[in-house]
Amino acid sequence: MAKMSLNVDGRVHAIDADGDMPLLYALRDDLGLKNPRFGCGLAQCGACTVLVDGEPVRSCITPVESLGASKVTTLAGLGNGKAHKIQEAFIAEEVPQCGYCLNGWLMTAAAFLEKTPKPSDAQIRDAMSGLKCRCGTHVAILRAIKRAAQA
Amino acid sequence: MTLQLNRRNFLASTGALTVAVVLPGAAARAAVFGADKRPPLDPRNLSSYITVNADGSVIAYWGKMDMGQGTDLGCAQMVAEELDLPVAKVSIDQGDSGTSVNQGGASGSTGIQMGGVALASAAAEARFQLVAMASKHLGVPAEELTVTDGVVHSRADANKKVSYGELIGGRFFDTQLEWNKQIGNALFVKGQGQRKKPADYKVIGTSPARRDVGPKVMGTIDYVVDIKVPGMVHARVIRPPVAGAEPVTVDEASVKNIPGVQIVREKAFLAVLAPREYDAVKAARDLKVTWSDVKPPFPDQNKLYDHIRNAPVVAKGGDKDVGDVDATFAGAARVIEATYEWPFQSHASMGPACAVIEMGQGEATLYTGSQKPHFAGEGAAVMLNLPKDKVRGIWVPGPGSYGRNDAGDAVADAALIARLTGKSVRVIGTRQDGTGWDPKGPASVHKARAAVDKDGNIIAWDFSSKGFSRLDVSSNESAAADTLAGQAIGVPLKPTNVFNTPEESYRFTAKRKTWETVPPLLDRGSPLRGAHLRDPLGPQLHFASESFIDEIAFATNQDPVAFRLKHLAEPRDIAVVKAAAEKADWQPRTSARKQVSGEIARGQGIAYAQRSGTRSAIVAEVEVNLKTGKVWGRKFTVAHDCGVIINPRQLTATIEGNVVQGMSRAIWEEVKFDDKNVTSIDWQTYPILDMTEAPETIDVVLINRPELAPSGAGESSMRPLAAAVANAIYDATGLRLRQAPFTPDRLKAGLA
Repeated sequence: MAKMSLNVDGRVHAIDADGDMPLLYALRDDLGLKNPRFGCGLAQCGACTVLVDGEPVRSCITPVESLGASKVTTLAGLGNGKAHKIQEAFIAEEVPQCGYCLNGWLMTAAAFLEKTPKPSDAQIRDAMSGLKCRCGTHVAILRAIKRAAQA
Repeated sequence: MTLQLNRRNFLASTGALTVAVVLPGAAARAAVFGADKRPPLDPRNLSSYITVNADGSVIAYWGKMDMGQGTDLGCAQMVAEELDLPVAKVSIDQGDSGTSVNQGGASGSTGIQMGGVALASAAAEARFQLVAMASKHLGVPAEELTVTDGVVHSRADANKKVSYGELIGGRFFDTQLEWNKQIGNALFVKGQGQRKKPADYKVIGTSPARRDVGPKVMGTIDYVVDIKVPGMVHARVIRPPVAGAEPVTVDEASVKNIPGVQIVREKAFLAVLAPREYDAVKAARDLKVTWSDVKPPFPDQNKLYDHIRNAPVVAKGGDKDVGDVDATFAGAARVIEATYEWPFQSHASMGPACAVIEMGQGEATLYTGSQKPHFAGEGAAVMLNLPKDKVRGIWVPGPGSYGRNDAGDAVADAALIARLTGKSVRVIGTRQDGTGWDPKGPASVHKARAAVDKDGNIIAWDFSSKGFSRLDVSSNESAAADTLAGQAIGVPLKPTNVFNTPEESYRFTAKRKTWETVPPLLDRGSPLRGAHLRDPLGPQLHFASESFIDEIAFATNQDPVAFRLKHLAEPRDIAVVKAAAEKADWQPRTSARKQVSGEIARGQGIAYAQRSGTRSAIVAEVEVNLKTGKVWGRKFTVAHDCGVIINPRQLTATIEGNVVQGMSRAIWEEVKFDDKNVTSIDWQTYPILDMTEAPETIDVVLINRPELAPSGAGESSMRPLAAAVANAIYDATGLRLRQAPFTPDRLKAGLA
């Protein structure tokens, strides 16, 4: 166990944890944040995605000691207290079914649209290809990302 | 006189009436103005289904739950309709055995068709009672009253009015219903109130916004993994490396450095727990266990279908023969035969199952993502050695659910650990547990034979299936025998051996549909135990039967759509086939068209099926990459008839999900195993459809039948999907695939 600080959603938190503990457990269990979710622990599904200095990262395989002073953003901090445009679009399209995977799509799409504000259909599909949705809401997700890009 | 009463002076001024007035009608008991306390949760009590709040809004208690397809909203619409309320004034309290009677949980696409219909019937009685109360209160005969937005008023004089809130708000109906004595899906109740006629629908058939979408997207909703209870410890169950093996020695020293770790063991059940979750993760990873040396239980996967064909028959069944099948075959001009094969498939929910047991004094509370919180609560009680009414089962959204997945096992795991430790427990598995150890949709082989006359009409049909039972473990989770933990501690097994037959309305002179089940590969603690997976057996049966219909059509130079229409008996079935074909701009053909451009072959295929009264037909348009063997389902056209449509938007979304999940199962999904265990244990080894493969278009044609009862839509469009894709692949390439899934390797091998 080691004392560390984590900068998450604009606040600095002190935690006491194993350095090799994945960030996901720090966020969920030490900080009480629930949006990054355990899906696979293998970086294969994206349910645990957070932004680290703006880049989507799979928190389930990211050792907490690797973060240093990096700024971590979770879904709770994505819209700075209000709905981010990607969230507005997902709500308008009523995307989720079970919604368990949603965190990964929202965080990844938000980061993607920052860099690619006017994406093509193929660019969206490629950028989202590493995420899983078991309920099969893919076509609604595509509609929502396109809607957000036009917002 | 105009009565404008606020709640307080209304109650004060009418208090004396509560004992004085008795409602007409045999079923109605006294206490017109309701009870101050909610009467016991009993299927016969109207209060078990409907409560009017002080502000006139209504809570409907639903002994089922919505897994994300909007069925709770559909129920709210049905209740609002009967009570003449805006839907915004109706909330649904779902999936909690402490607040609702057991309506069977999420099960068999019955959320609306059974659960919603029962609530609507109760709501009709609530309206009847409220109008009767208003009649007494206003001194106006009930037949001269009507209801607008929760206000009962005279048709003649709108000033003579009283609201639901004023009548009973904050107290409870004390009225009994006729109950059909069924618990679970089939539960139905009825009072004196008559349900509305379709012509009067205002809320049914509209698409108000879903209530769970905002909280899910904003991340404010609790999933079962987010539940924390006081004193809770984190547990992980250790599954054996060879299925059927039991722990022999457990090296406690191997985890002794982990703070607060505890090892729990009873017979073959083994778990670790720790106060901090990551410590439980580490303990599960580091614990050294030696396992009993058991004979590897599984056959060579490449010989799975031969294994099924050669296996002894445990149970058999089928539909009653139509006509003289054997004689018709004997006299046929031509007999066509084919066999089809379908693998084990995994629920592979988005996350491994989680369950939380909160221990109390002589009672406990279960938090679960299981589809069956009432039954699962009873199952937890068995494990906890508590009376079944002492465990409250509360459903909390989980990582998706498409049948009996690993959630039921997590419940039993948590309850057993809680009993052995006396502690409140949170259990969650690993990805490997979720995909490797969930109950599986069973593998099967299907043999189809058809006798054809000289004009190309099918005169005899013989369709037989042989496979693993769909109920090695029950979908209800009230019995320990149906869980891995129960099996690990030696509870006697009680599997149900059952399979199904295709559901269609083809009119053949002679028709036989039969099934046989074979013994499980491992009867206890098996990662290949058969269970319900979305549309249990539907995809496999109709992949076979609807592929075979196409085979016969082409063998006799007929167009697959025209051929189906020629043989279909029921007008609603004909209507969905026609609607899908027309919307998809079906191009008639009597052989595979093989439209090739460069490396891409394009094709179109149709399939149709019934499911418990619902009909769906799907036209799939696929692109096959002839070089890589990869199939892309570019466009799907679904025509769907499930009786009256409650909410077209949610119905459409449900169909879209079925199409994508069905496509995933059709082209990718196959549980892999070696002789020791399941080896497809994550998203690399058990791939599902990803975004690059998502369809470009899903066109949905909804056929509304307001005069007919709703018949369910949660699984119906999954059913013909694989056959439509296989038929489209044939049209594109001339390759007839008789084994699922339609992977690149299988395509390449077939096209070579």
